[in-house]
Amino acid sequence: MKTTAAGATCAEACLREVCKVYRMGDQEVPALRGVSVEFDPGSFWAVMGPSGSGKSTLLNILGCLDRPTSGRYLLQGDDVGALDDDTLSELRLRRLGFVFQSFNLIPQLTVEENIQLPLYYLGWEPEKSIERARELAAKFDLADRVGHRPTELSGGQQQRVAIARALANDPSIILADEPTGNVDSRMGGEIMQIISELNRSGKTIIMVTHEPHIAAFARQRLYMKDGAVEHIEEGR
Amino acid sequence: MRRSRLMLNVRLGIKNLRLHKLRSFLTMLGVVFGVSSVIAMLAVGEGASKEALEQIRKLGSNNIIVRSVKPVKEQIREVRTRMSIYGLLYEDMERIAGSFSAVRRIVPAKLVRQEGRLGARTLELRVVGTTPEWFDLVRRPLVAGRVMTSTDNGQRRGVVVLTEHGARRLLATEGTIGQPVRIGGGIFEVIGIVQSESGFGGDIQTPDQDVDAYIPLEVARERFGDIFTQRTAGARIRERVELHQLIAEVATLEEVEATAAGIESLLMRFHGKQDYRVSVPLALLRQAEATKRTFNIVLGSIAAISLLVGGIGIMNIMLASVTERTREIGIRRAVGAKKKQIVGQFLIETVVLSTTGGLIGIGIGLLVPWLITSFAGMPTVVKPGSLVLSLGISMTVGILFGIYPAFRAADLDPIEALRHE
Ligand SMILES: Nc1ncnc2c1ncn2[C@@H]1O[C@H](COP(=O)(O)OP(=O)(O)OP(=O)(O)O)[C@@H](O)[C@H]1O
Ligand SMILES: [Mg+2]
Repeated sequence: MKTTAAGATCAEACLREVCKVYRMGDQEVPALRGVSVEFDPGSFWAVMGPSGSGKSTLLNILGCLDRPTSGRYLLQGDDVGALDDDTLSELRLRRLGFVFQSFNLIPQLTVEENIQLPLYYLGWEPEKSIERARELAAKFDLADRVGHRPTELSGGQQQRVAIARALANDPSIILADEPTGNVDSRMGGEIMQIISELNRSGKTIIMVTHEPHIAAFARQRLYMKDGAVEHIEEGR
Repeated sequence: MRRSRLMLNVRLGIKNLRLHKLRSFLTMLGVVFGVSSVIAMLAVGEGASKEALEQIRKLGSNNIIVRSVKPVKEQIREVRTRMSIYGLLYEDMERIAGSFSAVRRIVPAKLVRQEGRLGARTLELRVVGTTPEWFDLVRRPLVAGRVMTSTDNGQRRGVVVLTEHGARRLLATEGTIGQPVRIGGGIFEVIGIVQSESGFGGDIQTPDQDVDAYIPLEVARERFGDIFTQRTAGARIRERVELHQLIAEVATLEEVEATAAGIESLLMRFHGKQDYRVSVPLALLRQAEATKRTFNIVLGSIAAISLLVGGIGIMNIMLASVTERTREIGIRRAVGAKKKQIVGQFLIETVVLSTTGGLIGIGIGLLVPWLITSFAGMPTVVKPGSLVLSLGISMTVGILFGIYPAFRAADLDPIEALRHE
């Protein structure tokens, strides 16, 4: 699937002059105005900035849920802007994992089935897929909850299920939009421990957050303002 | 792997439908009624043609049956004795045999109700005075003894052939052949037993064929005469009927209908009144076809309307379901589901819904023909093929009306869908 465009050398995820304009009727809302950032393999980023500065828009593009209006997004050598819908699905399935503020678990499915979701679309054998889901559940202290519905779990537990699901397909990049936004601070700390551990095990983490003490877990902090990069801060 | 994935989808579909049991059930009703109508329709049609074929087989497809019928405007010839004279005459037999080269054989039947008696046992019999050819034409296999011969007829022997049922009831376990049975005033020797007729009565004149007793025509004529007394509503009606029935066997199937028409006009010329009816077993098939068509139109319309309304109901519910589950769709897409996989999921769910309706419909559809048979007395036959067809129809309804909601689901923007509350 390597369709690297000429001149593009980018190991993990790179944004080159990315613009995103939303059209609302005859009005144009620019959400991103020329963002260029290189996310290295194994890096740990926090994306910060005021409300409406374009953080979620940036994450959606990085997550192949959306395409740039102009500019290029290279993901492990592929020019995402040129790919069709099915290929974007394929990229999300094989290379990316999402963690959302509101957990986004499917209420009709059990914990185990939620974790298996990517494996189902990858076409894993049910036995292997269940085994993998149990393994991940155990890792995040959910072993006794595999048969439960998401609504029967606490916020922290739900977010751990969501993280387990994001990891099921063993992606190299985890994208998290305010992963601690809906849990209390103690749980938030626990979740950040898990995310830091994932980064130490080699995963690239790009995380949107409002809270400085959460952002402090990251090694690079990207500050957005009015759809543009204000500045980048290195170190803890 | 593909199969287990389909199974997972089906299980998920069932799960979602069970989440809203009442709603799912109400949605299915259209398909339920549609499918049961289809099955009932096919069962009635099949029953009608099966009955017709059965009768044709029994009566012989090359046979023409002429029966004596009391005319509607009954002419009382002899007012003093209040006797009505009608029906087929002994001469008619020779007339028909002589006039049509296509008629190979002709068999008469004189029907007399008489009590049969053997020792202490009695049994109401329908005595059939006929000739030996009867047994060939109506294809009654012999169980024991022999059938009558032309010698029996010529010498006017007092012999009788019973049916299996009649024999069992009258003779019980005693020796069968050779028993002397008293019929009316005389003694008849049982010379043979033929198989009883089973299924729907081929001869409409008397429903109970099991107690037929066949004796030589000449004997019947001599012993019982041509005058019968019937008691109806206090009045005694005397009738003079020579022959009750004639069966003419025609050489080829193609000549049957033309010969029947010829017999009809021949009899008309000599009788001058409609005191007979000519029927052709083949016509029964035509009649059955007509019944089948009527039922097909009525039930077919019910089925079509039910299925259409049911399909629209299913589509409506699935559209509501897509709206309710927008977020789920967003999650699946974010995780990596392709559009066609979302289409597949919703389509399978719709098909599960309509097929469940179809299965319930098959259950009811099996009940309906049974009710028709037991209450309306109409024969019905449920063929396995009609069940397969019904299942196919319900699946098709699911696919047809599920396509639009499924594509609506797949075309949702993942980001919008994830943000949906
Ligand atoms: N689908 C859309 N249609 C129109 N405008 C949009 C759409 N999505 C986002 N926007 C606009 O784009 C800008 C950036 O939105 P975005 O959601 O990326 O901000 P954010 O930084 O994530 O804010 P928050 O911190 O509140 O989540 C906003 O002005 C928003 O109104
Ligand atoms: Mg946001």
